[in-house]
Amino acid sequence: MLDGTGPEWLSEEVKTGTTIIAIEYNGGVVLGSDSRVSAGASVVNRVMNKLSPLHDKIYCALSGSAADAQTIAEMVNYQLDVHSMEIGEDPQVRSAATLVKNISYKYKEELSAHLIVAGWDRRDGGQVFATLKGLITRQPFAVGGSGSSYVYGFVDAEYRRGMNKEDCQQFVVNTLSLAMSRDGSSGGVAYIVTIDEHSTEEKVILGNDLPTFFDQ
Amino acid sequence: MATLTVNRAALGGFSFENCKRNALLEGEANKVGCSLPSARKTGTTICGVVFKDGVILGADTRATEGMVVADKNCSKIHYISPNIYCCGAGTAADTEMTTQIISSNLELHSLSTGRLPRVATANRMLKQMLFRYQGYIGAALVLGGVDCNGPHLYSIYPHGSTDKLPYVTMGSGSLAAMAVFEDRYKPDMEEEAAKQLVRDAIAAGIFNDLGSGSNIDLCVITKGKVDYLRPHDEANKKGVRTGDYKYKRGTTGYSLLITHRRHDVFISSMEMMSEVTCVL
Repeated sequence: MLDGTGPEWLSEEVKTGTTIIAIEYNGGVVLGSDSRVSAGASVVNRVMNKLSPLHDKIYCALSGSAADAQTIAEMVNYQLDVHSMEIGEDPQVRSAATLVKNISYKYKEELSAHLIVAGWDRRDGGQVFATLKGLITRQPFAVGGSGSSYVYGFVDAEYRRGMNKEDCQQFVVNTLSLAMSRDGSSGGVAYIVTIDEHSTEEKVILGNDLPTFFDQ
Repeated sequence: MATLTVNRAALGGFSFENCKRNALLEGEANKVGCSLPSARKTGTTICGVVFKDGVILGADTRATEGMVVADKNCSKIHYISPNIYCCGAGTAADTEMTTQIISSNLELHSLSTGRLPRVATANRMLKQMLFRYQGYIGAALVLGGVDCNGPHLYSIYPHGSTDKLPYVTMGSGSLAAMAVFEDRYKPDMEEEAAKQLVRDAIAAGIFNDLGSGSNIDLCVITKGKVDYLRPHDEANKKGVRTGDYKYKRGTTGYSLLITHRRHDVFISSMEMMSEVTCVL
């Protein structure tokens, strides 16, 4: 195996540390992530976009082992392309989540990655699916990654049904900011993706533009 | 019940048959006080930067075997295709063979498509191979090149994850080199400024990391041209001796010390004869 006496990034697997969040609203979804990739105590990429496109209107948020998560996302991207050509129209978000779930479940002992799948389709509008450890469950919102433990209380208290797009974006940004300030493995910039019927909008919020709370 | 065991050829991939035996041997060797030879690693500082017209890759040239330098001038920038080169850190054999395999496959692919290969293709091939071996192939690579879509730079980790960035560093000296990049990198640099930046980053790795040393190699890749500068900078030239212990030819040697002894010989007794010794 890799050397234990050399620099730790050589022997440590590259993990995405991470805070990821996805939330649905009436008409679409908002996904958010931080941008830090760490190997042991060293940050190897401080600007990684962990919101990976699976299709035009379906994105997934990556967390866990960087290699495993990237590979699952790329495989599902390919499978979804083939599937959408076979059915002749845009795929459902549920199909994408099922493809991710199939891989996560079959190789659950070997892989250590969690992907949150979210998107918009014509049939059911905006949807968010969690696929942790091979289950698939539709939720109004989902958080994941090492930083999520610090913000479960915040999201549970602050979430309200029936938020509109701007409220959801603000909710996501606040959650990411809080998690990034408390979790050592999350940091960098915040990436926000908003998907609705008309467009897919990607936004980057730099570190100093993030909202600050009492201690900052 | 009698059972037949059929001797099957290995299905490919790694064979872990010898692991138990190796562990036993290592135990035996440690008992006697010696250690098994370790794989030669390249220690290393490698880096890459995207500048206005292309990509510059840089590497040091030291290969270590444990605490000893095995090769003072090894080449860490490997050829992948005429427009794509790859620096390798980690286990020397792994980086060498991995890049050769992908180079060969990429050439076949390029003949099949009839086009110059793209850096993203090389990246995909490398990451899929490294992921398949789940990190057991200790190759950390910096892949750079110029194709029809412009200049591209990727860093590839042993477990199979990749990052596409404007500047990357890898190897034991990566933190020293990254410090230089974070301080002085600017987008769209000119070639000379970018070469100086890469040279300084590798120098930071060479002088501040024990696993990196010797010279600095550069590879400048632009559209239609590749400059493989080996060595670009001999940062650690061997010093010139100011004196010499050897004597010139023709010098006459003499010695002040009389080194042969003589015993006084008394022929009174035959036995004493045997005690005459001459010592030169």
